Amino acid sequence: MAYRWKNDLSARDVTPEPVFLNRRQWMAGMAGMAGGVALAGIGGRARAAGEGEGLEPNSWEDITTYNNYYEFGTGKDDPHKYADRLSIAPWSVQIDGLVDRPGAYDFDDIMARMTIEERIYRFRCVEAWSMVIPWNGFELGDLLDMAGVQPGAKYVAFETVLDKEAMPGTRYPVLDWPYVEGLRLDEAMHPLTIMATGIYGRDIPKQNGAPLRLVVPWKYGFKSIKSVVRITLTDSEPPTSWNKANPREYGFYSNVNPEVDHPRWSQATERRVGGGIFSPRIGTLMFNGYGEDVAGLYDGMDLTRFF
Amino acid sequence: MIAARINALARRVPAAALYILCALPVPVLFYMGATGGLGPEPIKALEQELGKIALQLLVAGLAITPLRRIAGINLLKFRRALGLMAFFHVVVHLLVWAVLDVQIVAQIWADILKRPYVTVGMAAFVLMIPLALTSNDRALRWLGARWRVLHRLTYGIAVLGAIHFLWLTKGFQIEPLAYLAAILGLLALRIRRLPMKKALGQGS
Repeated sequence: MAYRWKNDLSARDVTPEPVFLNRRQWMAGMAGMAGGVALAGIGGRARAAGEGEGLEPNSWEDITTYNNYYEFGTGKDDPHKYADRLSIAPWSVQIDGLVDRPGAYDFDDIMARMTIEERIYRFRCVEAWSMVIPWNGFELGDLLDMAGVQPGAKYVAFETVLDKEAMPGTRYPVLDWPYVEGLRLDEAMHPLTIMATGIYGRDIPKQNGAPLRLVVPWKYGFKSIKSVVRITLTDSEPPTSWNKANPREYGFYSNVNPEVDHPRWSQATERRVGGGIFSPRIGTLMFNGYGEDVAGLYDGMDLTRFF
Repeated sequence: MIAARINALARRVPAAALYILCALPVPVLFYMGATGGLGPEPIKALEQELGKIALQLLVAGLAITPLRRIAGINLLKFRRALGLMAFFHVVVHLLVWAVLDVQIVAQIWADILKRPYVTVGMAAFVLMIPLALTSNDRALRWLGARWRVLHRLTYGIAVLGAIHFLWLTKGFQIEPLAYLAAILGLLALRIRRLPMKKALGQGS
């Protein structure tokens, strides 16, 4: 069932390309101007952000050239440079574990059965940068329903493709490959949780996790696992890559929370990517601004303990 | 052969040229950051590039003595420029971090106290200040033999700088480890000198 969730960001929030290009030119010009003028600009923008405005999606260029996809390298532009080597057709997703109809689901078959809609979401990286991204995709719940979730299932485990030939970053043990993630079943079935297959109405680029990737907008970006090849329904909490790498710094839940700092840096503020050299910091919102929809999932939980 | 040729070339190049060459990345990086050349998030890119150049200059400075001793290449007259330009990059790196990146004064202070990798970086910067202030002929004459001892702080500064880099990265990454290995390697070449001297002393 699609269109369960109503967006507070509409298509009008998407900047038309010519307007966006003009703005880019203007920004470049501004950066070149005298510092005093530029600083006056900061004050204006910071105030706008405080009033909840300025929620316009990032440009295609921002979204597709500034990525964390460590399988292609740890540099922010590495995925853009190398992801093209990955072959994504044919693609199938193995759905197994506690499901009625386990098996390899062909990506084209999945697409034929799902309703694609646009979701303009805030995206908050654990590194304290953020974007607004106009995703296209379908609700994960619909895919799980297709496979038939059994009553005993409590968690969902995900796995990213591991193609050592195509992914130069996997030559180094930056993380324990393949990349794995997990959600509690109620988080996975939440209407905000989607599998994204496009951005700006185009096929999702490989550096962003083609052909399909998870998007959980109230959690730090690393939960939104890319290029998914396997989804397993389990009865116990599945291992997750960053938690395995450093359990003190990355919990299973990883909900965006300005009050719980990363041990090495503050999570109270963030910087929207694409704002240039004088880009202001803005306050990070509890659950990345989706508290109204998802806070209930964590009633009675100590979020400093279950971070 | 090669050493002699490099030495001859080095004699012809004035140290002032190195100051200009090593200062150049700063305006270039700012220009690139302002015009999109550093990608969609220029503040972090600028910060990281400046930090890496500072580390590279420190590594170059630490290489001067072993190069002379082991390879007979004498680049001693450039060492002051390398050290001061490393300090210059650290200062700009710090300013970019404080003014463009963190932006909030209370947060800057909190980070220095609470975030170990920031504390370590800040310690390296503070230790560089007396070295920068005494990087002139007058201070050299004034301090005499103590100048050498004081400037051994460079060893600690370089190690702190590499730890600062290593500590802020996510996951297991090669690049900061390469810097740390280079610095420790260059320091190890110095440690070996001590027992050798002793052996020579006993022989005579």
